Amino acid sequence: MAGLELLSDQGYRLDGRKATELRKVQARMGVFAQADGSAYLEQGNTKALAVVYGPHEMRGSRSRTLHDRAVINCQYSMATFSTAERKRRPHGDRKSTEMSLHLKQTFEAAVMTQLYPRSQIDIYVKILQSDGGNYSVCVNAATLAVIDAGIPMRDYVCACTVGFVDETPLADLCYAEESGGVSSLALALLPRGGQIALLQMDARLHQDHLETLIEAAMTACKGVSKVLDDVVRQHLQEVSMLTGE
Amino acid sequence: MLKSKTFVKKTRSGKVMKIVREHYLRDDIWCGSEVCSECKQESGVLQKDACIESNLCSYPHYLIPDTNVVLHQIDVLEDPVIRNVIILQTVLQEVRHRSAPVYKRLKDMLHEKEKHFYTFTNEHHRETFIEREPGESANDRNDRAIRVAAKWYSQHLKTFASHEDGLKVVLLTNDQGNKQKAEESGLLVYKCEEYVKSLIANPELVDRLALSDDDKNEITSAKLLFPEHLPLSRIQAGIKSGCFLQGTFRASRDNYLEATVFVQGEGEDSTEVLIQGLQNLNRAVHQDVVAVQLLPRNEWVAPTSVVLQDEGIAKDDDDNEEEEEKLKVTAAEAARRSTGKIVGIIKRNWRPFCGMLNVSQIKESTRHLFTPADRRIPRIRIETRQASTLAGQRIIVAIDGWPKGSRYPNFLRNKQHFIKLFLPFSKEKETEEEVLLLEHDVPHQAFSQAVLSFLPKMPWAITPEDMVMREDLRQLTVCSVDPPGCTDIDDALHCRDLENGNLEVGVHIADVSHFIRPGNALDKEAASRGTTVYLCGKRIDMVPALLSSDLCSLRSNVERLAFSCIWEMNHDAEILKTRFTKSVINSKASLTYAEAQMRIDDTAKNDDITKSLRGLNKLAKILKQKRIEKGALTLSSIEVRFHMDSETHDPIDLQTKELMETNSMVEEFMLLANISVAQKIYDEFSECALLRKHPAPPPSNYDILLKAAKSKDVEIYTDSAKALADSLDVAKVDGFPYFNTLLRILATRCMMQAVYFCSGMDSDFHHYGLASPIYTHFTSPIRRYADIIVHRLLAVAIGADSTYPELMDKHKQSALCNNLNYRHKMAQYAQRASVAFHTQLFFKSRGILNEDGYILFVKKNAIIVLIPKFGLEGTVFFDTKDKTIPKLVFDEEGPTLNVEQHTFRIFDKVKVTIRLDDSNIQHQKIRMALINPVIPGVSVPVPDVEPQAKKQKLDH
Repeated sequence: MAGLELLSDQGYRLDGRKATELRKVQARMGVFAQADGSAYLEQGNTKALAVVYGPHEMRGSRSRTLHDRAVINCQYSMATFSTAERKRRPHGDRKSTEMSLHLKQTFEAAVMTQLYPRSQIDIYVKILQSDGGNYSVCVNAATLAVIDAGIPMRDYVCACTVGFVDETPLADLCYAEESGGVSSLALALLPRGGQIALLQMDARLHQDHLETLIEAAMTACKGVSKVLDDVVRQHLQEVSMLTGE
Repeated sequence: MLKSKTFVKKTRSGKVMKIVREHYLRDDIWCGSEVCSECKQESGVLQKDACIESNLCSYPHYLIPDTNVVLHQIDVLEDPVIRNVIILQTVLQEVRHRSAPVYKRLKDMLHEKEKHFYTFTNEHHRETFIEREPGESANDRNDRAIRVAAKWYSQHLKTFASHEDGLKVVLLTNDQGNKQKAEESGLLVYKCEEYVKSLIANPELVDRLALSDDDKNEITSAKLLFPEHLPLSRIQAGIKSGCFLQGTFRASRDNYLEATVFVQGEGEDSTEVLIQGLQNLNRAVHQDVVAVQLLPRNEWVAPTSVVLQDEGIAKDDDDNEEEEEKLKVTAAEAARRSTGKIVGIIKRNWRPFCGMLNVSQIKESTRHLFTPADRRIPRIRIETRQASTLAGQRIIVAIDGWPKGSRYPNFLRNKQHFIKLFLPFSKEKETEEEVLLLEHDVPHQAFSQAVLSFLPKMPWAITPEDMVMREDLRQLTVCSVDPPGCTDIDDALHCRDLENGNLEVGVHIADVSHFIRPGNALDKEAASRGTTVYLCGKRIDMVPALLSSDLCSLRSNVERLAFSCIWEMNHDAEILKTRFTKSVINSKASLTYAEAQMRIDDTAKNDDITKSLRGLNKLAKILKQKRIEKGALTLSSIEVRFHMDSETHDPIDLQTKELMETNSMVEEFMLLANISVAQKIYDEFSECALLRKHPAPPPSNYDILLKAAKSKDVEIYTDSAKALADSLDVAKVDGFPYFNTLLRILATRCMMQAVYFCSGMDSDFHHYGLASPIYTHFTSPIRRYADIIVHRLLAVAIGADSTYPELMDKHKQSALCNNLNYRHKMAQYAQRASVAFHTQLFFKSRGILNEDGYILFVKKNAIIVLIPKFGLEGTVFFDTKDKTIPKLVFDEEGPTLNVEQHTFRIFDKVKVTIRLDDSNIQHQKIRMALINPVIPGVSVPVPDVEPQAKKQKLDH
């Protein structure tokens, strides 16, 4: 059988989107009362829950304490029911450790850690359903959670994956596209300044195409940031209405 | 843009897994019609007046075929008459899953602007998407989706129908159930056959219709003529265990009941198995890969010398036992060879065949036999309603099946068979050329729209971006030297003095790889064509003419992009420095060989171009000398050139090509450039450099040459190329000046074919003929694809271009080399065939001629005579059928042939008469008959040479 045709001649992708179109993004902030900040975000069929605790005193080994800024501690996990095949996923396997590290690096670039010396910020992200672009969905969810916790950030961090098919960059890949042999690239952006917080790619791509691919990823991230901004404003309005301010 | 989204769950089971995918529905998918004012499309694909003369649908309409119609009637859809068709996404996807070739053809059609085919993405359209209902099969769901989309179209278009003859859509389906349901929902629906038959203006379409299932089975008679073929699994097991052999089937030209199977063994060890009799041949066709089982030793037979042609009439499926009896001549034990029978076919190698129709005796019969031009191919039974118009024409037919109950293979145009049926031929010459190209598998269709779309837009000019990475060599005195009438100039040269007393020599090659980017349709087409084919008076281009004769051609006084190879040499032609660069040049003159020669010889001329030419010529002579000292061979073959009549394009005179000093001058520098480039790309990419090698021939190849030389008491040494070259140089016989040329012609026949290969897949790089340790092709990228690859490699090596994965993959390169080698071989054969055909035309207009010739080979019952004046080779038979056979004594050692009293030896001078034998339309031949020496009963009296009345007409 012939493989899937990722981009038709008419310019439609498998799920009917055009090359630059994102999946539908829906989000809610403040989903848990116990945590300092929390958010739930859906990007198409990929759904993630992010929870933030802190900033608080260092817990565990005190030796990790930094004297000029806060330590960011990230933990990424996937629910057993998140993929088509039910699978027990122990903590600390290679994939999630790597993902945790990437998240940590992303947020160290965005959160103004120097405001909280000798303290710690915990970000926990769980993928509830996975359909491609796990990293970017985690980043987007965590951004909202951090905002919900009231921790100052330089800017929203927005992330998006892009892939390269038939000389065209495809924004926000779904699982079928990711697994269809596309060279994909994940990018986390601070959209207002256009700074790149993290860029990750582990597929082969010709150097000539890299520029266009990054360009497309940045546009997609800016699209995401607009949605997140709306969500935050909406949330604020609701909260202020409730508190009667 | 995105208004409505619905989530749809699709489940797909393989392992039982639930896959959830999103499915976005859109409202920005347009209908593609020119009439529509509602959709915001930029320009409609489907025409406003979509008229086709039909007695079913008199109104303008668009067609919507369903999947099965596309799959089975793609031939009909491909006809230029059929336009304005809507291909639904549902259909496109189903076709993609079920047949890759049809999908490709469909895609090609969608790209063609004149066809007005439109793809409607109905699965993502908000109003035409449907969900599969519980209990509904996937096929039923798709049928329903097609109906829903058709319905949507008819309603959508109705809103724009200003008058009664408004646009309608017509659904084509062959499925009875689907048709009924569609009718119920008020759609216009026809069976494909009904519709095609209603197109009164184009009755020829009916022949393109494929037969449906119900009427195709009747041809196979109940009687089984052949044993069943074994299934592939059993064949494989048999080959492994050694009871079957695998080989290529080669039918005999002269005897349709006999064939050999060539079994390729390990290394040199290959054998031939003889197959005799219809039953044992078991439906194998020439060139098929087959499995053979050897017969027990006591059933082995000897090859017969009987000539048998299958002359049976269409319906004689009766036994051919009588003819088979003839074969069973008791042969001497020694002559018997391993004999076998075919048990199965591993791979069919059927291609379209050219030939003529034998019209059936029964009037109104639609079944006829077809006789291919190639006698090794069995006759094919075909079905057509146009026998009367096709009779006497040359047509193209394919085999698509050979059931075990049928005496002949069938061409039925049933399922899954999609070969263009007949070629319309007009003039005899064009027909012959077409046949020739087809028989040699030369792709010669016009370039498709997709290919042409990658051509640079005109007017084209060199832009500043082009100049990055390029050296500006426009001020150099560059000139090109080519044969007269050459429009695809791919090389130019220059030579100038440097301040340090050395010389700078540059070879500038058209930068074709700048225009043909890897991987696009243009590149793929060029790769598949492999080479430009030169026929007499015709050229089949590898790349479109815009590139080959204009943008890439290094014509004089225009700026052209080039790839330059520049050497610094001293006056002894030793290379001091080599440099490669992409460049821009402006050729100062395009000369012919003769013009260049005249400039060099004319001492009065002293301009820059002439000086440059003289410098080049001087160096070339030294280079040639060096090369010959190293042992390069100069072989000979007579090439002829036809003078064409400018109006009729018939040959009026023929002339052997003469070689001038300037020919070898250009050649010398091309060789040098090729060698330099080969070295460079091999150094840079030791695994994936595309090179060319010429293996040394095995010693046994030289037997004929040695024997021939010995007969004139000349010794030829073949231990090395150098020894051969030297001994050829001294081989002279007094009073026989042509002897040396003849010897060289013979030596050429002993050589192996030079081939392309990928350096990572082979270890022997030596080029025997040129005596060079490494060689490649760099200098003719306009007409050879290998050169384009070499250009790309070299460009990467000097950092002027980027690489791509296929270029570095030695397996892909190797596959490419195989194709290129095949195409080159075929192009060569086609070229020879074309020369042969023009020679025939020439002799046809000349009538009978008497000429002197030399004996080139002596065979058992014939001599082969070469006529130097025409470069023509012909056979004089001594055992013609209708005459009494003279006493023939053949001596293998000489080789000599004794006819009556006269003994023929190699190199004997004879006089023959030449005429064209056109008794068989499909196989016209040049016949030669002996005049001198006179042998009673064998030679013919000197015929009167017809006065050439024609000639006078041409002279005025």
